Amino acid sequence: MVTKSLHKRESDLANSNRQLEILSNGIFQDGELPTFKNKISESNQFPLKAKKLEILQINVGYMCNQVCEHCHVDAGPDRKEIMTRDTMQQCLAVIKKTEAHTLDLTGGAPEMNPDFRWFVEEAAKAGIKDFIVRSNLTIIRANKKYYDLPEFFKKHNIHVVSSMPHWTRGKTDKQRGDGVFDKSIKALQELNAVGYGMPESNLRLDLVYNPSGAFLPGDQASMEKDFKKALKADFDIEFHNLFAITNLPISRFLDYLIASENYEDYMYSLVEAYNPTAVAKVMCTNTLSISWDGCLFDCDFNQMLELPVNSKAKHISEYNEALLEGRNIVISQHCYGCTAGAGSSCQGVVA
Amino acid sequence: MQKTYYDPADLKKFGKISEWNQELGDAFFEYYGKVFEDGALTAREKSLIALAVSHTEQCPYCIDAYTKDGLQRGITKEEMMEALHVGAAIKSGATLVHGVQMMNKVNKLDM
Ligand code: SF4
Ligand code: SF4
Repeated sequence: MVTKSLHKRESDLANSNRQLEILSNGIFQDGELPTFKNKISESNQFPLKAKKLEILQINVGYMCNQVCEHCHVDAGPDRKEIMTRDTMQQCLAVIKKTEAHTLDLTGGAPEMNPDFRWFVEEAAKAGIKDFIVRSNLTIIRANKKYYDLPEFFKKHNIHVVSSMPHWTRGKTDKQRGDGVFDKSIKALQELNAVGYGMPESNLRLDLVYNPSGAFLPGDQASMEKDFKKALKADFDIEFHNLFAITNLPISRFLDYLIASENYEDYMYSLVEAYNPTAVAKVMCTNTLSISWDGCLFDCDFNQMLELPVNSKAKHISEYNEALLEGRNIVISQHCYGCTAGAGSSCQGVVA
Repeated sequence: MQKTYYDPADLKKFGKISEWNQELGDAFFEYYGKVFEDGALTAREKSLIALAVSHTEQCPYCIDAYTKDGLQRGITKEEMMEALHVGAAIKSGATLVHGVQMMNKVNKLDM
Protein backbone atom coordinates (compact mmCIF):
# COMPACT_ATOMS: atom_id res chain seq x y z
CA MET A 1 0.00 0.00 0.00
CA VAL A 2 1.18 3.52 -0.81
CA THR A 3 1.85 5.62 2.29
CA LYS A 4 3.85 8.54 0.95
CA SER A 5 3.58 10.83 -2.05
CA LEU A 6 6.00 10.44 -4.95
CA HIS A 7 7.47 13.79 -3.87
CA LYS A 8 8.21 12.55 -0.36
CA ARG A 9 9.67 9.34 -1.74
CA GLU A 10 11.85 11.46 -4.04
CA SER A 11 10.63 9.29 -6.88
CA ASP A 12 11.70 9.95 -10.43
CA LEU A 13 8.07 10.42 -11.33
CA ALA A 14 7.62 13.32 -8.92
CA ASN A 15 9.22 15.24 -11.77
CA SER A 16 6.62 16.17 -14.36
CA ASN A 17 9.24 16.28 -17.13
CA ARG A 18 10.01 12.64 -16.46
CA GLN A 19 6.31 11.79 -16.76
CA LEU A 20 6.03 13.69 -20.04
CA GLU A 21 9.11 11.91 -21.31
CA ILE A 22 7.52 8.52 -20.62
CA LEU A 23 4.31 9.65 -22.30
CA SER A 24 6.14 10.82 -25.41
CA ASN A 25 8.75 8.12 -25.87
CA GLY A 26 8.59 4.34 -26.25
CA ILE A 27 5.49 3.02 -27.99
CA PHE A 28 4.52 6.51 -29.15
CA GLN A 29 7.91 7.47 -30.46
CA ASP A 30 8.48 4.25 -32.37
CA GLY A 31 5.08 4.57 -34.01
CA GLU A 32 3.54 1.47 -32.47
CA LEU A 33 0.72 3.69 -31.24
CA PRO A 34 -0.37 7.01 -32.74
CA THR A 35 0.21 10.15 -30.68
CA PHE A 36 -2.91 11.93 -29.44
CA LYS A 37 -2.12 14.82 -31.75
CA ASN A 38 -2.03 12.51 -34.79
CA LYS A 39 -5.16 10.73 -33.68
CA ILE A 40 -7.29 13.86 -33.32
CA SER A 41 -5.82 15.27 -36.52
CA GLU A 42 -7.42 12.37 -38.41
CA SER A 43 -10.82 13.93 -37.71
CA ASN A 44 -9.58 17.52 -38.13
CA GLN A 45 -9.88 18.19 -34.42
CA PHE A 46 -6.35 19.50 -33.94
CA PRO A 47 -5.71 21.95 -32.43
CA LEU A 48 -8.23 21.60 -29.64
CA LYS A 49 -9.65 25.05 -28.94
CA ALA A 50 -10.99 26.50 -25.70
CA LYS A 51 -14.59 27.66 -25.93
CA LYS A 52 -16.44 29.98 -23.56
CA LEU A 53 -15.51 29.46 -19.91
CA GLU A 54 -18.20 27.52 -18.05
CA ILE A 55 -16.35 25.77 -15.24
CA LEU A 56 -13.75 27.23 -12.94
CA GLN A 57 -11.88 24.47 -11.15
CA ILE A 58 -9.78 25.64 -8.24
CA ASN A 59 -7.26 23.41 -6.56
CA VAL A 60 -6.87 24.87 -3.06
CA GLY A 61 -3.96 22.63 -2.06
CA TYR A 62 -2.32 19.25 -2.44
CA MET A 63 -2.58 18.38 1.24
CA CYS A 64 -4.76 15.34 1.89
CA ASN A 65 -5.52 12.98 4.75
CA GLN A 66 -5.35 10.04 2.32
CA VAL A 67 -2.66 8.69 0.01
CA CYS A 68 -4.63 6.87 -2.66
CA GLU A 69 -2.71 4.62 -4.99
CA HIS A 70 -4.18 6.15 -8.16
CA CYS A 71 -4.00 9.82 -7.12
CA HIS A 72 -3.17 12.01 -10.09
CA VAL A 73 -2.41 14.94 -7.78
CA ASP A 74 0.20 12.97 -5.82
CA ALA A 75 -1.59 14.37 -2.76
CA GLY A 76 -1.05 13.29 0.81
CA PRO A 77 -0.41 14.44 4.37
CA ASP A 78 3.18 15.19 3.37
CA ARG A 79 2.23 17.71 0.66
CA LYS A 80 2.32 21.27 1.96
CA GLU A 81 1.30 23.27 -1.12
CA ILE A 82 -1.72 25.30 -0.06
CA MET A 83 -3.59 28.25 -1.59
CA THR A 84 -3.24 31.47 0.41
CA ARG A 85 -6.06 33.88 1.17
CA ASP A 86 -4.45 36.40 -1.19
CA THR A 87 -4.70 34.00 -4.12
CA MET A 88 -8.24 33.15 -3.05
CA GLN A 89 -9.06 36.88 -3.23
CA GLN A 90 -7.77 36.93 -6.79
CA CYS A 91 -9.94 33.90 -7.60
CA LEU A 92 -12.97 35.59 -6.04
CA ALA A 93 -12.46 38.64 -8.22
CA VAL A 94 -12.55 36.40 -11.29
CA ILE A 95 -15.54 34.39 -10.04
CA LYS A 96 -17.45 37.66 -9.74
CA LYS A 97 -16.65 38.83 -13.22
CA THR A 98 -17.04 35.65 -15.29
CA GLU A 99 -20.28 34.07 -16.36
CA ALA A 100 -18.99 30.60 -15.48
CA HIS A 101 -21.88 28.63 -14.01
CA THR A 102 -19.85 26.05 -12.12
CA LEU A 103 -17.25 26.42 -9.43
CA ASP A 104 -15.40 23.22 -8.62
CA LEU A 105 -13.18 23.15 -5.52
CA THR A 106 -10.68 20.39 -5.41
CA GLY A 107 -7.39 19.33 -3.81
CA GLY A 108 -5.98 17.23 -2.04
CA ALA A 109 -8.68 17.45 0.54
CA PRO A 110 -9.91 21.01 -0.03
CA GLU A 111 -11.35 21.10 3.49
CA MET A 112 -7.81 20.96 4.90
CA ASN A 113 -6.97 24.41 3.61
CA PRO A 114 -7.25 26.68 6.70
CA ASP A 115 -9.13 29.28 4.66
CA PHE A 116 -11.49 26.77 3.04
CA ARG A 117 -14.62 27.83 4.94
CA TRP A 118 -13.93 31.51 4.48
CA PHE A 119 -13.48 30.96 0.77
CA VAL A 120 -16.67 28.92 0.43
CA GLU A 121 -18.65 31.59 2.28
CA GLU A 122 -17.27 34.37 0.09
CA ALA A 123 -17.63 32.44 -3.16
CA ALA A 124 -21.18 31.35 -2.29
CA LYS A 125 -22.20 35.01 -2.29
CA ALA A 126 -21.20 35.29 -5.95
CA GLY A 127 -24.31 33.36 -7.00
CA ILE A 128 -22.73 30.39 -8.73
CA LYS A 129 -25.29 27.95 -10.14
CA ASP A 130 -23.40 24.79 -9.31
CA PHE A 131 -20.91 25.03 -6.44
CA ILE A 132 -19.03 21.74 -6.20
CA VAL A 133 -16.73 20.62 -3.41
CA ARG A 134 -14.78 17.42 -4.10
CA SER A 135 -14.79 15.77 -0.71
CA ASN A 136 -12.96 12.52 -0.13
CA LEU A 137 -15.57 11.66 2.58
CA THR A 138 -13.10 10.38 5.19
CA ILE A 139 -12.09 13.97 5.98
CA ILE A 140 -15.55 14.37 7.53
CA ARG A 141 -14.59 11.68 10.06
CA ALA A 142 -10.86 12.49 10.30
CA ASN A 143 -11.03 14.94 13.17
CA LYS A 144 -13.66 16.59 15.38
CA LYS A 145 -13.15 19.94 13.70
CA TYR A 146 -14.57 18.46 10.48
CA TYR A 147 -17.58 16.69 12.00
CA ASP A 148 -19.92 19.57 11.13
CA LEU A 149 -18.95 19.63 7.44
CA PRO A 150 -22.26 18.09 6.29
CA GLU A 151 -24.12 20.97 8.00
CA PHE A 152 -21.67 23.50 6.60
CA PHE A 153 -22.13 22.13 3.08
CA LYS A 154 -25.89 22.22 3.51
CA LYS A 155 -25.84 25.81 4.71
CA HIS A 156 -24.12 26.93 1.52
CA ASN A 157 -26.01 24.56 -0.75
CA ILE A 158 -22.77 22.90 -1.82
CA HIS A 159 -22.90 20.13 -4.40
CA VAL A 160 -20.85 17.36 -2.81
CA VAL A 161 -18.95 15.08 -5.18
CA SER A 162 -17.16 12.22 -3.46
CA SER A 163 -14.94 9.37 -4.49
CA MET A 164 -16.06 5.85 -3.85
CA PRO A 165 -14.09 3.21 -5.74
CA HIS A 166 -16.42 0.32 -4.95
CA TRP A 167 -19.28 -0.84 -2.79
CA THR A 168 -17.08 -3.48 -1.21
CA ARG A 169 -14.57 -2.86 1.57
CA GLY A 170 -11.72 -4.82 -0.03
CA LYS A 171 -11.56 -2.95 -3.31
CA THR A 172 -12.04 0.45 -1.70
CA ASP A 173 -9.36 0.00 0.95
CA LYS A 174 -6.92 -1.39 -1.58
CA GLN A 175 -7.11 1.76 -3.69
CA ARG A 176 -7.50 4.34 -0.92
CA GLY A 177 -6.00 2.87 2.25
CA ASP A 178 -7.05 0.67 5.16
CA GLY A 179 -10.14 1.84 6.98
CA VAL A 180 -11.21 4.23 4.22
CA PHE A 181 -14.29 2.20 3.35
CA ASP A 182 -15.79 2.20 6.85
CA LYS A 183 -15.14 5.91 7.33
CA SER A 184 -16.57 6.72 3.90
CA ILE A 185 -19.73 4.77 4.67
CA LYS A 186 -20.14 6.64 7.96
CA ALA A 187 -19.60 9.98 6.19
CA LEU A 188 -22.17 9.11 3.50
CA GLN A 189 -24.69 8.20 6.20
CA GLU A 190 -24.06 11.56 7.86
CA LEU A 191 -24.54 13.40 4.57
CA ASN A 192 -27.77 11.47 4.07
CA ALA A 193 -28.85 12.38 7.60
CA VAL A 194 -28.78 16.12 6.82
CA GLY A 195 -30.67 15.53 3.56
CA TYR A 196 -27.88 15.00 1.01
CA GLY A 197 -28.44 12.48 -1.75
CA MET A 198 -32.10 11.82 -1.06
CA PRO A 199 -34.13 11.20 -4.23
CA GLU A 200 -36.19 14.39 -3.94
CA SER A 201 -33.52 16.51 -2.27
CA ASN A 202 -31.85 19.54 -3.85
CA LEU A 203 -28.75 18.79 -1.80
CA ARG A 204 -26.76 17.03 -4.50
CA LEU A 205 -24.54 14.13 -3.55
CA ASP A 206 -22.77 12.42 -6.43
CA LEU A 207 -20.18 9.69 -6.25
CA VAL A 208 -17.11 9.26 -8.39
CA TYR A 209 -15.97 5.84 -9.45
CA ASN A 210 -12.38 5.31 -10.63
CA PRO A 211 -11.34 1.76 -11.54
CA SER A 212 -9.09 0.24 -8.90
CA GLY A 213 -6.49 -1.02 -11.35
CA ALA A 214 -5.22 -1.06 -14.90
CA PHE A 215 -8.58 -1.24 -16.64
CA LEU A 216 -11.17 1.19 -17.94
CA PRO A 217 -14.44 2.03 -16.19
CA GLY A 218 -17.50 0.06 -17.27
CA ASP A 219 -20.76 1.54 -18.47
CA GLN A 220 -21.64 4.43 -16.15
CA ALA A 221 -25.38 3.75 -16.04
CA SER A 222 -25.08 0.09 -15.10
CA MET A 223 -22.31 0.83 -12.58
CA GLU A 224 -24.60 3.41 -11.01
CA LYS A 225 -27.37 0.84 -10.74
CA ASP A 226 -25.05 -1.66 -9.06
CA PHE A 227 -23.67 0.95 -6.66
CA LYS A 228 -27.13 2.15 -5.70
CA LYS A 229 -28.45 -1.33 -5.13
CA ALA A 230 -25.50 -2.44 -2.99
CA LEU A 231 -25.13 0.75 -0.92
CA LYS A 232 -28.87 0.83 -0.22
CA ALA A 233 -29.10 -2.84 0.70
CA ASP A 234 -25.94 -2.96 2.81
CA PHE A 235 -25.87 0.48 4.45
CA ASP A 236 -29.16 2.23 3.62
CA ILE A 237 -27.20 4.91 1.72
CA GLU A 238 -28.69 7.07 -1.03
CA PHE A 239 -26.94 9.25 -3.58
CA HIS A 240 -27.83 10.92 -6.85
CA ASN A 241 -25.45 10.09 -9.68
CA LEU A 242 -22.33 8.08 -10.20
CA PHE A 243 -19.59 9.58 -12.38
CA ALA A 244 -17.41 6.88 -13.90
CA ILE A 245 -13.99 8.35 -14.53
CA THR A 246 -11.03 6.89 -16.39
CA ASN A 247 -7.69 6.95 -14.56
CA LEU A 248 -5.25 9.08 -16.54
CA PRO A 249 -1.72 7.74 -16.90
CA ILE A 250 0.04 10.39 -14.86
CA SER A 251 1.56 10.76 -11.40
CA ARG A 252 0.85 7.94 -8.93
CA PHE A 253 -1.32 6.02 -11.37
CA LEU A 254 1.50 6.14 -13.91
CA ASP A 255 3.86 4.95 -11.19
CA TYR A 256 1.51 2.05 -10.45
CA LEU A 257 1.18 1.20 -14.17
CA ILE A 258 4.92 1.07 -14.61
CA ALA A 259 5.61 -0.85 -11.37
CA SER A 260 2.93 -3.43 -12.19
CA GLU A 261 4.16 -3.70 -15.81
CA ASN A 262 0.78 -2.60 -17.12
CA TYR A 263 1.79 0.68 -18.74
CA GLU A 264 1.93 -0.44 -22.38
CA ASP A 265 -1.21 -2.57 -22.18
CA TYR A 266 -3.08 0.27 -20.53
CA MET A 267 -2.05 2.73 -23.24
CA TYR A 268 -3.16 0.19 -25.84
CA SER A 269 -6.55 -0.09 -24.12
CA LEU A 270 -6.93 3.69 -24.09
CA VAL A 271 -5.98 4.07 -27.74
CA GLU A 272 -8.15 1.12 -28.75
CA ALA A 273 -11.13 2.65 -26.93
CA TYR A 274 -10.49 6.08 -28.51
CA ASN A 275 -13.79 7.70 -29.38
CA PRO A 276 -13.55 10.65 -31.77
CA THR A 277 -16.97 11.98 -30.75
CA ALA A 278 -15.71 12.46 -27.18
CA VAL A 279 -13.00 14.85 -28.39
CA ALA A 280 -15.31 17.80 -28.92
CA LYS A 281 -16.61 17.46 -25.37
CA VAL A 282 -13.42 17.07 -23.34
CA MET A 283 -13.60 19.23 -20.26
CA CYS A 284 -10.62 21.45 -21.07
CA THR A 285 -12.69 23.11 -23.78
CA ASN A 286 -14.94 24.87 -21.25
CA THR A 287 -12.87 24.69 -18.05
CA LEU A 288 -10.03 26.58 -16.52
CA SER A 289 -7.99 24.95 -13.78
CA ILE A 290 -6.27 27.12 -11.19
CA SER A 291 -3.44 25.73 -9.10
CA TRP A 292 -2.77 26.45 -5.41
CA ASP A 293 -0.36 29.22 -6.41
CA GLY A 294 -2.79 30.82 -8.84
CA CYS A 295 -1.37 29.55 -12.13
CA LEU A 296 -3.75 28.74 -14.99
CA PHE A 297 -4.05 25.36 -16.71
CA ASP A 298 -6.38 23.72 -19.21
CA CYS A 299 -7.28 21.01 -16.70
CA ASP A 300 -6.23 19.44 -13.41
CA PHE A 301 -4.13 16.88 -15.28
CA ASN A 302 -2.16 19.49 -17.18
CA GLN A 303 -1.71 21.26 -13.86
CA MET A 304 -0.02 18.18 -12.41
CA LEU A 305 2.12 17.80 -15.51
CA GLU A 306 3.06 21.49 -15.17
CA LEU A 307 1.84 22.28 -18.68
CA PRO A 308 0.59 25.89 -18.39
CA VAL A 309 -2.12 27.39 -20.61
CA ASN A 310 -1.07 28.49 -24.03
CA SER A 311 -1.95 32.14 -23.46
CA LYS A 312 -0.35 35.41 -22.40
CA ALA A 313 -2.49 35.24 -19.27
CA LYS A 314 -0.81 32.58 -17.18
CA HIS A 315 -1.89 33.56 -13.67
CA ILE A 316 -5.28 34.22 -12.09
CA SER A 317 -4.18 37.82 -11.44
CA GLU A 318 -3.83 38.21 -15.21
CA TYR A 319 -7.19 36.59 -16.03
CA ASN A 320 -8.52 37.94 -19.26
CA GLU A 321 -11.36 36.28 -21.08
CA ALA A 322 -10.32 37.62 -24.47
CA LEU A 323 -6.81 36.24 -24.07
CA LEU A 324 -7.95 32.84 -22.87
CA GLU A 325 -10.93 32.13 -25.11
CA GLY A 326 -9.99 30.33 -28.27
CA ARG A 327 -6.56 29.35 -26.94
CA ASN A 328 -5.02 26.11 -28.16
CA ILE A 329 -5.29 23.42 -25.52
CA VAL A 330 -2.01 21.79 -24.53
CA ILE A 331 -2.19 18.05 -25.14
CA SER A 332 -0.13 14.91 -24.74
CA GLN A 333 -0.80 11.18 -24.67
CA HIS A 334 -2.52 11.36 -21.25
CA CYS A 335 -5.44 13.00 -23.11
CA TYR A 336 -6.36 9.56 -24.47
CA GLY A 337 -7.82 9.01 -20.98
CA CYS A 338 -10.46 11.68 -21.64
CA THR A 339 -11.51 10.25 -25.00
CA ALA A 340 -11.64 6.51 -24.27
CA GLY A 341 -15.03 4.83 -24.57
CA ALA A 342 -17.82 7.16 -23.58
CA GLY A 343 -15.21 9.77 -22.66
CA SER A 344 -14.27 10.96 -19.22
CA SER A 345 -14.37 14.25 -17.37
CA CYS A 346 -14.71 15.38 -13.78
CA GLN A 347 -18.47 15.00 -14.27
CA GLY A 348 -18.28 11.49 -15.67
CA VAL A 349 -18.89 10.41 -19.25
CA VAL A 350 -19.17 13.00 -22.00
CA ALA A 351 -20.30 11.15 -25.11
CA MET B 1 9.81 -19.69 -35.81
CA GLN B 2 7.13 -18.88 -33.29
CA LYS B 3 8.11 -20.37 -29.93
CA THR B 4 4.72 -20.54 -28.24
CA TYR B 5 1.26 -21.46 -29.44
CA TYR B 6 -0.37 -18.57 -27.59
CA ASP B 7 0.74 -14.95 -27.80
CA PRO B 8 -1.22 -12.43 -25.68
CA ALA B 9 -0.71 -9.86 -28.44
CA ASP B 10 -2.83 -12.03 -30.77
CA LEU B 11 -5.96 -11.18 -28.82
CA LYS B 12 -5.78 -7.62 -30.15
CA LYS B 13 -5.68 -9.03 -33.68
CA PHE B 14 -8.91 -10.99 -33.27
CA GLY B 15 -10.72 -8.59 -35.60
CA LYS B 16 -8.33 -9.56 -38.40
CA ILE B 17 -10.09 -12.90 -38.89
CA SER B 18 -12.59 -10.94 -41.02
CA GLU B 19 -9.87 -10.09 -43.51
CA TRP B 20 -9.97 -13.53 -45.11
CA ASN B 21 -13.72 -13.73 -45.13
CA GLN B 22 -15.33 -10.39 -44.57
CA GLU B 23 -18.92 -11.56 -44.81
CA LEU B 24 -18.71 -14.39 -42.30
CA GLY B 25 -16.38 -12.40 -40.05
CA ASP B 26 -18.78 -9.46 -39.97
CA ALA B 27 -21.71 -11.78 -39.36
CA PHE B 28 -19.88 -13.39 -36.46
CA PHE B 29 -18.93 -10.09 -34.81
CA GLU B 30 -22.43 -8.73 -35.24
CA TYR B 31 -23.87 -11.84 -33.64
CA TYR B 32 -21.25 -11.76 -30.90
CA GLY B 33 -22.00 -8.13 -30.11
CA LYS B 34 -25.74 -8.79 -29.94
CA VAL B 35 -25.30 -11.79 -27.65
CA PHE B 36 -23.55 -9.66 -25.05
CA GLU B 37 -26.05 -6.82 -24.99
CA ASP B 38 -28.45 -6.43 -22.08
CA GLY B 39 -31.43 -8.71 -22.70
CA ALA B 40 -33.39 -11.01 -20.46
CA LEU B 41 -30.00 -11.43 -18.82
CA THR B 42 -27.92 -8.39 -17.96
CA ALA B 43 -24.62 -7.80 -19.73
CA ARG B 44 -23.04 -8.25 -16.30
CA GLU B 45 -24.54 -11.74 -15.89
CA LYS B 46 -23.44 -12.61 -19.43
CA SER B 47 -19.92 -11.52 -18.63
CA LEU B 48 -19.80 -13.96 -15.71
CA ILE B 49 -21.16 -16.78 -17.88
CA ALA B 50 -18.52 -15.96 -20.50
CA LEU B 51 -15.82 -16.05 -17.84
CA ALA B 52 -16.92 -19.49 -16.63
CA VAL B 53 -17.14 -20.84 -20.19
CA SER B 54 -13.72 -19.37 -21.06
CA HIS B 55 -12.33 -21.59 -18.34
CA THR B 56 -14.17 -24.75 -19.29
CA GLU B 57 -13.11 -24.08 -22.91
CA GLN B 58 -9.65 -23.29 -21.54
CA CYS B 59 -9.19 -20.39 -23.92
CA PRO B 60 -6.46 -18.10 -22.57
CA TYR B 61 -7.57 -15.22 -24.80
CA CYS B 62 -11.12 -15.36 -23.48
CA ILE B 63 -9.89 -15.73 -19.90
CA ASP B 64 -7.85 -12.52 -20.25
CA ALA B 65 -10.64 -10.71 -22.01
CA TYR B 66 -13.44 -11.65 -19.62
CA THR B 67 -11.37 -11.16 -16.48
CA LYS B 68 -10.71 -7.62 -17.61
CA ASP B 69 -14.31 -7.20 -18.70
CA GLY B 70 -15.45 -8.34 -15.25
CA LEU B 71 -13.18 -5.85 -13.50
CA GLN B 72 -14.48 -3.09 -15.76
CA ARG B 73 -18.01 -3.94 -14.77
CA GLY B 74 -17.14 -3.82 -11.07
CA ILE B 75 -17.57 -7.58 -10.70
CA THR B 76 -15.76 -8.75 -7.57
CA LYS B 77 -13.13 -11.49 -7.49
CA GLU B 78 -15.42 -13.53 -5.23
CA GLU B 79 -18.16 -13.41 -7.89
CA MET B 80 -15.65 -14.37 -10.56
CA MET B 81 -14.36 -17.35 -8.60
CA GLU B 82 -17.90 -18.52 -7.85
CA ALA B 83 -18.73 -18.42 -11.56
CA LEU B 84 -15.66 -20.56 -12.23
CA HIS B 85 -16.82 -23.15 -9.75
CA VAL B 86 -20.12 -23.38 -11.59
CA GLY B 87 -18.15 -24.13 -14.76
CA ALA B 88 -15.92 -26.57 -12.92
CA ALA B 89 -18.88 -28.32 -11.32
CA ILE B 90 -20.59 -28.80 -14.68
CA LYS B 91 -17.34 -29.99 -16.23
CA SER B 92 -16.66 -32.54 -13.49
CA GLY B 93 -20.33 -33.52 -13.35
CA ALA B 94 -20.26 -34.05 -17.10
CA THR B 95 -17.23 -36.28 -16.71
CA LEU B 96 -18.76 -38.28 -13.91
CA VAL B 97 -22.20 -38.62 -15.41
CA HIS B 98 -20.58 -40.54 -18.29
CA GLY B 99 -19.62 -43.02 -15.59
CA VAL B 100 -23.16 -44.30 -15.91
CA GLN B 101 -22.41 -45.21 -19.52
CA MET B 102 -19.26 -46.98 -18.36
CA MET B 103 -21.19 -48.84 -15.68
CA ASN B 104 -23.91 -49.81 -18.19
CA LYS B 105 -21.25 -51.14 -20.54
CA VAL B 106 -19.47 -53.06 -17.80
CA ASN B 107 -22.75 -54.53 -16.60
CA LYS B 108 -23.63 -55.56 -20.13
CA LEU B 109 -20.27 -57.08 -21.01
CA ASP B 110 -19.32 -58.53 -17.68
CA MET B 111 -20.61 -61.94 -16.71
S1 SF4 C 1 -7.28 10.71 -4.79
FE1 SF4 C 1 -8.23 12.36 -3.61
S2 SF4 C 1 -8.44 11.52 -1.55
FE2 SF4 C 1 -6.96 10.25 -2.63
S3 SF4 C 1 -4.96 11.12 -2.13
FE3 SF4 C 1 -5.64 12.05 -4.05
S4 SF4 C 1 -6.65 13.92 -3.43
FE4 SF4 C 1 -6.52 12.64 -1.60
S1 SF4 D 1 -6.15 15.64 -20.13
FE1 SF4 D 1 -6.78 17.75 -19.94
S2 SF4 D 1 -6.04 18.70 -21.82
FE2 SF4 D 1 -6.06 16.52 -22.18
S3 SF4 D 1 -8.08 16.13 -23.10
FE3 SF4 D 1 -8.24 15.77 -20.90
S4 SF4 D 1 -9.00 17.68 -20.10
FE4 SF4 D 1 -8.17 18.11 -22.14
